[in-house]
Amino acid sequence: MEDIFTIANKKFISRLIVGTGKYKNFEETANAVKASEADLVTVAVRRVNILNKEEPLLMDYLDPKLITYLPNTAGCYSSEEALRTLRLAREMGGWRLVKLEVLGDKKTLYPNMIETIKSTEILVKEGFDVMVYCTDDPIMTKKLEDVGACAIMPLGAPIGSGLGIQNKINIKLIKGQSNVPVIVDAGVGTASDATIAMELGCDGVLINTAIAEAKNPILMAESMKLAVLSGRKAYKAKRMKKRTFASPSSPEDNLI
Amino acid sequence: MNNLNVAKIQLNGDFYKVNKGSNLNELLNKLKIQTNKVAIEVNGVIVEKNKYSKLILNSNDKVEIVHFIGGG
Repeated sequence: MEDIFTIANKKFISRLIVGTGKYKNFEETANAVKASEADLVTVAVRRVNILNKEEPLLMDYLDPKLITYLPNTAGCYSSEEALRTLRLAREMGGWRLVKLEVLGDKKTLYPNMIETIKSTEILVKEGFDVMVYCTDDPIMTKKLEDVGACAIMPLGAPIGSGLGIQNKINIKLIKGQSNVPVIVDAGVGTASDATIAMELGCDGVLINTAIAEAKNPILMAESMKLAVLSGRKAYKAKRMKKRTFASPSSPEDNLI
Repeated sequence: MNNLNVAKIQLNGDFYKVNKGSNLNELLNKLKIQTNKVAIEVNGVIVEKNKYSKLILNSNDKVEIVHFIGGG
């Protein structure tokens, strides 16, 4: 049976969402996205370069008709900035499904949860489906769900750090109490981190830097695809119980 | 261009000259930008695509043209 992933009533096959930043060029971005087999990609909203009319466009490499764009609010430090960015993104072509992130600090890129909750509430009222980058605090994520977030996206570690999931207990707690998809956003450094997120029961993983900054991003994209699949299968298979002492794998009876 | 026929706008943070009476569609044509790939804000207000031809640019207007780029 197919393991369908639903966010805001939209169905996706892949549980891996990939970012499109930090690549050498758009060609590499497109190849990595292809290798990842992701159905959803995050994109940022920025000023058009007026002086360079020949500048290549992301849309020429990643067709938004073939892959779902998830506009983000990266770089926004207030609710006002984030709302402005997503309203512009929606005007660009009707994007309703968005990724909200309101940052609180340049060094840690830690989310400002007060502004994040406030923004989520407003965006939901305006008809957006809001996937929210947030802290791994179960009280905050519950609050986000209460105000209408369509997906909860706690950080595993700071954005771009590649440190892996630092607080598995919290991620598991959040997953256990949430009625909307939980997606680990930020902190994944290599394939095993993505697998751990999925083994904890998360519905998906969002990865950018771990793929883009790998020496071979295309190969890492494929690796992340497999890691997410593998972790998901392990979660569904329900792992064995841990024991303190050994348990022989071969029968101990009738030994010669 | 005679100064009397010119409107000096602020486009994405820089000064930019357009013919007086130009609308947003004409500005996009001049910049060779496709309408379906951008969103525009004039003086802090988002302009719907079907209103581009009706919006006449005036001196000191603050115009922001944005698009999607790579991001995480």
